Amino acid sequence: MSARNSDRHYGWVAIVLHWFMAPAIIGMFALGWWMRQLSYYDPWYRQGPELHKGIGILLLALLVFRLLWKWLNPAPAAEPRTPRWQALAARAAHGAIYLLLLAIMISGYLISTADGRAIEVFGWFSVPATIQGIANQEDIAGEIHEILAWTLMALVALHALAALKHHFIDRDGTLRKILGLHPKSVSSDNYPQPKATLTSATTTTSK
Amino acid sequence: MKKLAVFLFAALLGATAQAAEYKIDTKGAHAFIQFRIKHLGYSWLYGRFDDFDGSFYYDDKAPEKSSVNVNIDVTSLNSNHAERDKHLRSADFLDTAKFPSATFKSTGFEPQGDGMAKLTGELTLRGVTKPITIDVTNIGGGKDPWGGYRQGFTGTAEFELKDFGIDYNLGPASQKVEMILDIEGIKI
Repeated sequence: MSARNSDRHYGWVAIVLHWFMAPAIIGMFALGWWMRQLSYYDPWYRQGPELHKGIGILLLALLVFRLLWKWLNPAPAAEPRTPRWQALAARAAHGAIYLLLLAIMISGYLISTADGRAIEVFGWFSVPATIQGIANQEDIAGEIHEILAWTLMALVALHALAALKHHFIDRDGTLRKILGLHPKSVSSDNYPQPKATLTSATTTTSK
Repeated sequence: MKKLAVFLFAALLGATAQAAEYKIDTKGAHAFIQFRIKHLGYSWLYGRFDDFDGSFYYDDKAPEKSSVNVNIDVTSLNSNHAERDKHLRSADFLDTAKFPSATFKSTGFEPQGDGMAKLTGELTLRGVTKPITIDVTNIGGGKDPWGGYRQGFTGTAEFELKDFGIDYNLGPASQKVEMILDIEGIKI
């Protein structure tokens, strides 16, 4: 498998990024929700937020890399039978997920650094504060962080349901693509035959 | 009218007898509303409210007539730690989204001699109004170098968190909070 995306397949970098970040992000939502109800004497009262902040910063670094990678490697085309509105909706949802992730990470950073404190990442390094001292910054950033996190989870659910719909109802190769599996023979029949030399050239280089 | 009469009377007497209304000098930050609570029973944690305003009436010839009113912006809580401040403002503690302000209105002032007194009043915090007693000491008063006249006090009070509906468990040593109040007023 190629590292880079082709017009029909995801490369392994995109696939690994997707499947590494997806559970981490859902896990972060769960951790963020859970750690806020811990009692003061719970051993996780301090460790929970430490873990949440450390993973958050690492995810931010991964997200920046992922966006760069995405910019250099356009996603494969939608499955041929996908209606145009669905393809557009999918693109919009993907864009919104990236934007939400970025906004959630930045707002989270602004909570913890509101008083000028740096964020410690597992003792490996620390990320200093930049924007600070806005009146009630931690509360405003906290409110945004929470609302956007729930919005993201709603979109994630929609995204997962859409993938399952493609797989089980449309029976196309959408889900198989991000799993790094070859499209089913049935659905690959649906691909239009290479019309121009340009398309055949790109398919051969991607193999 | 009553205040004006008092003022005119005081003016007639000259600048020595000082029965007057004072505005708490929050503008020049010569006033502090601080609290402290024990952390695990091992140390004291201090915090303060940065935004408040108020006024008091004080007559050094008749201190028992003193009165004070203070409004506190609870959202201005500051304990030098953003994450902790956020938690203290949340529904676990002060619930400032629902109850953004606190007030203190005095109901009595009992001089105890040597400039000390017991100031009683109603504290409204987190939507709960309860009487509290503040032990007050008059630190001093007189002309300031810029043409004004000032009077200053220090006071302490304590109450249980649960009295004002805060039931978050900080441990057995941290049920009570102490208020440390320092105010300087400028004669209006």
